[in-house]
Amino acid sequence: MNATYSSELFIGIFLVLALLFALAPLVVARIWAGCFSPQKPGPDKNATYECGLESRQDASVQFRSEYYLYAILFLVFDVEVVFLLPFAVAFGQLSVGASLAMLVFVLLLVEGLAWAWMKGVLRWT
Amino acid sequence: MPMIEAALQDELRKQGVFITTLEDLYNWGRKNSVWPLQFGLACCAIEMMAASMARHDLARFGAEVFRPSPRQADLMIVAGTVTKKMAPQVVRLYNQMPEPKYVIAMGACAISGGPFKQGYNVLKGIDRYIPVDVHIPGCPPRPEALLHAFMTLQEKIDAQALSGPNRPRHMRADEPSEFPVPKFGDHDLEPPHNKSVWSPPGAAGQS
Repeated sequence: MNATYSSELFIGIFLVLALLFALAPLVVARIWAGCFSPQKPGPDKNATYECGLESRQDASVQFRSEYYLYAILFLVFDVEVVFLLPFAVAFGQLSVGASLAMLVFVLLLVEGLAWAWMKGVLRWT
Repeated sequence: MPMIEAALQDELRKQGVFITTLEDLYNWGRKNSVWPLQFGLACCAIEMMAASMARHDLARFGAEVFRPSPRQADLMIVAGTVTKKMAPQVVRLYNQMPEPKYVIAMGACAISGGPFKQGYNVLKGIDRYIPVDVHIPGCPPRPEALLHAFMTLQEKIDAQALSGPNRPRHMRADEPSEFPVPKFGDHDLEPPHNKSVWSPPGAAGQS
């Protein structure tokens, strides 16, 4: 095997083959539809599938932007739990620097909680 | 399309040459990969589930892939009682399936209304609204009966022509792919049946 191949050439060949692999069935299906099986779109067939029921409203509805507060609060507690658990397990072997770093991290999250608290997000009425 | 003589085909096969037609190849592929719509209406659906489980093993026929969306399904098994409230949804699901599509009406209720035929709220057979390919009697039919219906459907698919005057509905541009979805009227579904698919017994000769 004395011939030298450039790896870029292989990537190029694979790219073309992958493109053909994806496009060939579509082309064959289109030719098949033209020769034998006519396409029959209709209002029902093109409608949104909702378990057989007629879709009633637009599918792209707006959510209230205030929900970002819930998302942030969830993140505060979620991230806290994920990191606190290994921290508690490894607490005995940790150095002072690592403990301090963890303290800073927890304080940052507590700051977020305090901010949400002051903003009145925790008042569930 | 020139058909290959059976004798010639046989002779060639003895010589190790296998020839086939596009139609045979197409139907062979289709009949062995009929994907049903995952859709059960009543107790017959329990038998349908049993048919797809290990003991009866619908996978032998290539039909174990129950699709949760009509977009990917070839076959609708109407398994159970079709109430008049459910009938529009069943017809709409059928309309949303891509061609070619087939229907098996499973059980006494789906083919005729069954024990609820005299009731006010049960459709007396789904074949009043959509074209049914195979009817299975029974209350409920055993999984073997569903398997037999599958084999019957496979025979039907195998015999469908790709071109010519006898080609099936989905090959014709002028035949509809969608059937009118019935609406809730004051007393009954409107219309009570689709005239192009079904007409009352005795009135068949008139129209």
